Amino acid sequence: MQERLKERAISLLESGTVNRVLGWKTGEFFYDLTPAVFESVEEIEGDFVYSPFSGANLSKYCILKSRKEGKTAVFLKPCDSYSFLELLKEHRILRENVYIVGVACDGMCDMDKVRAAGCEGATGIREDGDSLIVETLYGEKTLSRQDVLLERCKVCKSKKIVIYDELIGEQGEEVDSDRFQPVEALEAMTPEERFTFWRQELSRCIRCNACRNVCPACSCEKCVFDNADSGLRNKAAADSFEENMFHIIRAFHVAGRCTDCGECSRVCPQHIPLHLLNRKFIKDMNELYGPYQAGADMDSKSPLMDFTQGDCEPSVVYTRGGNA
Amino acid sequence: MPVNESFQPTIVAFCCNWCSYAGADLSGTNRLQYPANVKIIRIPCSCRLNPMFVLRAFQRGADGVILCGCHPGDCHYTTGNYYARRRMTLLFSMLDYLGIEKERTRVEWVSAAEGAKFAATMNDFVQTVTKLGPNRRLEDLRCRKD
Repeated sequence: MQERLKERAISLLESGTVNRVLGWKTGEFFYDLTPAVFESVEEIEGDFVYSPFSGANLSKYCILKSRKEGKTAVFLKPCDSYSFLELLKEHRILRENVYIVGVACDGMCDMDKVRAAGCEGATGIREDGDSLIVETLYGEKTLSRQDVLLERCKVCKSKKIVIYDELIGEQGEEVDSDRFQPVEALEAMTPEERFTFWRQELSRCIRCNACRNVCPACSCEKCVFDNADSGLRNKAAADSFEENMFHIIRAFHVAGRCTDCGECSRVCPQHIPLHLLNRKFIKDMNELYGPYQAGADMDSKSPLMDFTQGDCEPSVVYTRGGNA
Repeated sequence: MPVNESFQPTIVAFCCNWCSYAGADLSGTNRLQYPANVKIIRIPCSCRLNPMFVLRAFQRGADGVILCGCHPGDCHYTTGNYYARRRMTLLFSMLDYLGIEKERTRVEWVSAAEGAKFAATMNDFVQTVTKLGPNRRLEDLRCRKD
């Protein structure tokens, strides 16, 4: 797969179709791939990587890159293409300046899970069908890809690439996953249990803002969390209220636009399951206002930008779901 | 924590300028009683209520927050309260999801002619929140009064 992507990136650059390519390159270790811009064939040959750790969603980078001179090629996995379409819908990306290469995806892997599977001292990874061969200092070890998938990929909602100029690999279909199962499990708890659960999770927050920075839906040029007057800006002032507030507001700001790409949870250095907040909003909107998938098409309206006269009253919250 | 007999909750009521604020006024001119715990904040339309306002109110010591607006269909700006209705439904549901007592938040539609409804709503809400006791799950210790 990596060779096919590299080859395509090089031919796009050489033919002059695009001026730069958005892809992934190795960070400090082979598993912490970082988004990168490639402007020459040498860079691509040397650094371009597509591996089971290419989890990073490149769609957000298209906002700025599409405003540069010339065209930008970008590799989008199925879930990234939803984010891209959502940004396009919000007029954030100049479509004519982006060349999208859709890449089929078998799910991305979680290095923590690879380690937990007993692969200490890993130095590299190879794909072999459905299994992964991890090269470690102590020899090679074969793992099943299914066992080390990122949480978000385990409940993948769609293998369909919703927007592309060309495809590498097969176009997929939407998947019927039970991604709301963890939300339902939480809803079934008592408020006390939920409160304790979220305190345990959110109290670990160090306000590094990684979840905001990586989120393709969080792309305001001026963010409320950067506004000194909002009182939300600094970590030094944080206590339990501030943690709740930050995460409620963050999730609320992307409600109706969140495609559930799961980047927030992937980048969280404290492993807070942030996607559960976003997914709660998605689940509520689906249940109360009809099914909606952000980024699935150009025409549908986000539930929060729309209304009907017969909408339920907010008091519905007192009666539905959860224990009293 | 046992409910303190002398506990007096602080209630913040966000009232839309065109209906509910006038409704509150009417309940005053009609000399209808509602508890002094209710602090009214006037907003131009119920959809002006940023979710952050609700959280801020709790931070600064509110024990309950209620939003009053025009009845759906009667919005001065035609559609504002329809948007507010969806937003508040989601926000309240999220607060409940985080384990914060859902009874502390409420939305009620009060028209300018419903002075009696305003007073009744406030009486009922103050009673509910008094039963719940002080807001502890969404409080900011730095803003604590005692």
